[in-house]
Amino acid sequence: MDRVPILRLGDCLLVTVQVDMHDELAMTLQDDLTNKIVATKARGVLIDISALEMVDSFIGRMLGNIAAMSRILDAQTVVVGMQPAVAITLVELGLSLPGIRTALNVDAGLALLRKVLDRSGEGSYVD
Amino acid sequence: MSIEPTTLPVRSGEDVVRVRQAVRTLAMDLGFSLVDQTKVITAASELARNTLTYGGGGEVRIERLNDGPKRAGVRLTFEDRGPGISNIDLALTDGFTTGNGLGLGLNGARKLSHEFDIWSQPGVGTRVTITRWK
Repeated sequence: MDRVPILRLGDCLLVTVQVDMHDELAMTLQDDLTNKIVATKARGVLIDISALEMVDSFIGRMLGNIAAMSRILDAQTVVVGMQPAVAITLVELGLSLPGIRTALNVDAGLALLRKVLDRSGEGSYVD
Repeated sequence: MSIEPTTLPVRSGEDVVRVRQAVRTLAMDLGFSLVDQTKVITAASELARNTLTYGGGGEVRIERLNDGPKRAGVRLTFEDRGPGISNIDLALTDGFTTGNGLGLGLNGARKLSHEFDIWSQPGVGTRVTITRWK
């Protein structure tokens, strides 16, 4: 069965979605990522969707679920690389991805994660 | 896609991906802008999933419309013989769902289309037709 690879990058996990995901694959990614956060004690998750040509309500819900589950497992999620046409379509569809941090690309996403993780390391409540 | 209209099955998650790809190929061929391509692909994805999840599977007819030189378009007709929709107005309300989705699919597809038509009869099935012009 197909799987989306999850790479470890220090205390973060990097997911690059390269294929047009069918729904079962998206569900598998959600499960795999949750397990991997626990197994690696990752503090951050970076999801690169620059190769995705569309995000519909199902994929949008999956991204929201990943962000929510990560947060419960004490990890922060940043979604990066959304194509402009995808962003325009998402908003018109009525989906604004509440609760999901975004950044323009992987570099900016890693920098944002670093900032968020450094802050949460101070022992104060964040989010 | 050289021969149109085409009818594709919508019976699995992989079929939904194939529908998206076929719609993309046609929209590109018709010279849709990237944003318009994305909108019609996204609408197709929502409706294909509805056909699969709520209609128990069905099929989609993909048509190329050429209504004059400047008016090219894509028309998609999704049809299933599932349980049907008893209250179409309610089904078109954002946030309403009988499944476990966000309840944005049907109305989302309508918002992303220029023309939208729905026919449904409980116990018989559902047919949704959308058109997006270039």
